Amino acid sequence: MARKLLLENINVPGIHSFDVYRQNGGYRSVEKALKTMTPEAVVEEVKTSGLRGRGGAGFPTGMKWSFLAKPEGRERYLVCNADESEPGTFKDRYLMTHIPHLLIEGMIVASFALGAKTSYIYVRGEMMPQIRILERAIAEAKNAGFLGKNILGSGYDLELYVHPGGGAYICGEETALIESLEGKRGNPRIKPPFPAISGVWACPTVVNNVETIAAVVPIINDGGEGYAQVGIGRSTGTKLISASGNLNKPGVYEIELGLPVEEFIYSDEYCGGIANGKKLKAVVAGGSSVPILPANLILNTINGQPRLMSYESLADGGFQTGSMLGSGGFIAFDEDQCIVRNTWNFSRFYHHESCGQCSPCREGTGWMEKVLHRLEYGHGKMSDIDLLVDVSKKIEGNTICPLGDAAAWPVASAIRHFRDEFEWHVTHPKEALERNYGIANYANPLPKFEEVVGQN
Amino acid sequence: MSDKVKVTIDGITVEVEPGTRILNAARQIGGDIVPPAMCYYSKLEGSGGKCRTCLVKVSKGSEKDPRPMPKLVASCRTGVMDGMEVQNITSPEVIEARKGVVEILLINHPLDCPICDQAGECHLQDLSFEHGVGNSRYEFVRRTFEKIDLGDKIQLHMTRCILCYRCVYVANQITDNRLHGILGRGDASEISTYIEKAIDNDFSGNVIDVCPVGALTDKTFRFKNRVWFTKPVDAHRDCPSCKGKVTLWYKGDEVLRVTGRKDQFGEVEDFICNTCRFETKNTSSWVIEGPRQISKTSVISANHYEYTPLPVIKENKKLIDANKVEFERASKI
Repeated sequence: MARKLLLENINVPGIHSFDVYRQNGGYRSVEKALKTMTPEAVVEEVKTSGLRGRGGAGFPTGMKWSFLAKPEGRERYLVCNADESEPGTFKDRYLMTHIPHLLIEGMIVASFALGAKTSYIYVRGEMMPQIRILERAIAEAKNAGFLGKNILGSGYDLELYVHPGGGAYICGEETALIESLEGKRGNPRIKPPFPAISGVWACPTVVNNVETIAAVVPIINDGGEGYAQVGIGRSTGTKLISASGNLNKPGVYEIELGLPVEEFIYSDEYCGGIANGKKLKAVVAGGSSVPILPANLILNTINGQPRLMSYESLADGGFQTGSMLGSGGFIAFDEDQCIVRNTWNFSRFYHHESCGQCSPCREGTGWMEKVLHRLEYGHGKMSDIDLLVDVSKKIEGNTICPLGDAAAWPVASAIRHFRDEFEWHVTHPKEALERNYGIANYANPLPKFEEVVGQN
Repeated sequence: MSDKVKVTIDGITVEVEPGTRILNAARQIGGDIVPPAMCYYSKLEGSGGKCRTCLVKVSKGSEKDPRPMPKLVASCRTGVMDGMEVQNITSPEVIEARKGVVEILLINHPLDCPICDQAGECHLQDLSFEHGVGNSRYEFVRRTFEKIDLGDKIQLHMTRCILCYRCVYVANQITDNRLHGILGRGDASEISTYIEKAIDNDFSGNVIDVCPVGALTDKTFRFKNRVWFTKPVDAHRDCPSCKGKVTLWYKGDEVLRVTGRKDQFGEVEDFICNTCRFETKNTSSWVIEGPRQISKTSVISANHYEYTPLPVIKENKKLIDANKVEFERASKI
C-alpha cells in the first residue's frame, strides 16, 4: 500500500468535524508554522519540496510564491481555486466534501507564508453542499482560535471567506477567477500584468488549486525534504487522480507520482481493470483538455519505456505521442466507445464554455463543434478532417487564455491518433450510426507505431 | 535620448518612449508594417487584446533577455522593451495566424456589405481585403439577431458585430452611465442593453464612431447614401459640451451626417457630443475649415483626384512633361 499524504485519514468516521480532525493530528502544521517558522522559511520549505501546481499547468508552487510582489502598505491575497469544472476531474470536490479541514489548514499556512490577511476560497457555484461544508468548517476553526485575530497568540490575523463561483468553466482560469471574485463578468484578463503583481483589486495575489494548498500541510509536517522523497524526479509527492470511464473501480485515488499507468489501471489496489472484461481503447490522462492517447501509447512511451503517472513521463514524446498530467482527470475508454463522439462531446463543452472575449476561441470552438457534429452524424466529408486540424491550429496559441488551447488539443490529438476512425465515419456513415469502430489497432504493441512514425 | 527604447519592427528600428505598445511603435513607423487592429482604440483605456488580428511574433524579447516569446503576442497589449525585435509581415507564421483570425471573424458575419451603411469605411472590409482569403470554409448557418433600437438615434444590428468591446469602453469612459454591455457568453454573447433600455446620454453617439463594423449605425443617416458618394469636410462650431471639431459629410448642399474626425487608423481625434452629431445638420451652424483628407487607400477617396495623376498621364511621356509641376507635387505627397 503506497503512502498517502492527503487522504490518510479519509476513512476515519467524522473526520469532517474539527474535533475528530484535530485528534487525528490535524492543525499540527499551523502550530508548527506559526510558532516556530518565519513566512520565508515556509516558502523555502515548499520550494525544497518541489511541489508543483495540481490544477493542471504543473508550475512549481514555491517559485510562484516567491514571485509574489511585496510592496509596502499593500494588501496581499491568497485565493484558492476550487472552481473545479474540468470534465473528468472531481478530486477537489471529494477533498472538500470529506476532509474540509485539510484545505483550511493548508490555507492558514499558505496565507501565513504569503503574508495574506484575507484569503478566499472560490468554490464553483454548482457545489453548494461543499460551500456549506466549508463554511461550517471555517466557523469551527474560528471557534477554536485557528482563524480570526491573533491566531494561536502569534499575532497573525487571517480572515477566510468562501466565495460561490459564477457558474462558468472559464472562472477556473486564474485571471477570470479574479475578475469574478471582484464581482465582474468572468472574462480572463490579458497578461501581463500577472496576478503576482496585480491580482484581486490590483493587489498582488496568488491563486492555487485546492490540492496544492492541501499538499502544503504534509510538507510542513514532514518537512520539504521528506515530501520530496515521495514521487519520482521532478514530480514529487502524491497526486489525487479522479479515475472515471469504463473502469471496474472508478473514483478518487491518491497515488505516488511515478506509478506506472498500467499498474494504475489494472491493479486491484487502484482501478481494477477495464469494466465488463473489455479491452482498453484510449485514455484521456489529465482532464478533458489534454491530448487523448490510444491504449498502446498510454501504457508505453514511444521509446518502449513503461509510461508512469508523472508530469514528465506523461508528457514524454511531446504532443506527437505524449499527453499531460493536467489536473488528474483520468478517463478510460473501452473498445465500445466512439472517439469521434467523445471528441464532439468535449468540443461541445468548450463551445458552450468559451467566454466570447477573443475571436479565435469564440468563433472557432463553435465551428469545430459543428463540423464534429456533422462527422458524428454521418454527414461528414473527407476534407472535414483536415479542416478540423487547421481550425484547431488557428485557435491554439492565439487566444488570451488557455481555454483556446484546451479546446484545440483534444480535437487535434484525436485526429492525430484516431484518423482511421474519423475516416471510417465519412466512408461508412450509415454503419457509423449503428455500430462503433471498435478497438482496431489502437492496443497493438508499439513497434508498429514506430514504423509509421519513421515513414513520415 | 537615453530614456527612449529601441525597437525593431520588420527590420526598421524606431526609438519610442518606454511602455509604448508594439502596435503604437509600429504606427510611428507607419506603412505596411502596422498590424491591423479591430478592437484596440488608443483613446480608450484597457481596449485591445480581443480580436487577435494584431498578433505579431517577438523574435527577440529585449537586449537583456534575448529569448523570443513562445507564442504570438497581441501587439496592442504588449509593451516594448529595449532591443526588442518584432516580426509582423516578415513572419509567415503571423500572416498565417492573421488569415485564420480573419476567416474566423467572418464566419458569423453576414457579409451584407451591399446594404450596410458602414460599407466603404468598414474596418472589417479593409481587413478581409488586405489579410483574408477569398473564400470561407464555413458551411453552417450563421448566427443572426433581430435589430434593436438603442434609443431614437442609434440602431444596433448585432448580427454584424465582432464583439470588439469598444462601445462598452466608450460607455464606461466617456459617458457617465453605461447602459449596455455584453450578455451571454461564447458565440452566443451579444451587445445589448438590459431589458432593451434606451441609451440616452449626451455622448452615447460615439459608440457609432468607434464601432469598426456596421453593428452600431446612425439612424439619422441609415440608408441615406453610400459613404463614398459623400464629401467629407472638416468643420467646427462653438459647442458647450464638446470641442465641436467634426467632419461633415455632404451630398450636394445637404449635410447627411456628422462624425468625429477619424485619422488614418480609423480613430477619432476628439469625441463629440450628440447635439453636434445628430441635431446640427445645417451648414450655417458650422465654420468650414476645408476638405477632410481621407487615407488614399480608402474607397471614400476613390473619386478625389487631388493627389494622384490620372492613369492616362502616368503612361504618356508627353503629358508627364506637360504636367511636370503637378506630377512632382503629387508624387512628393
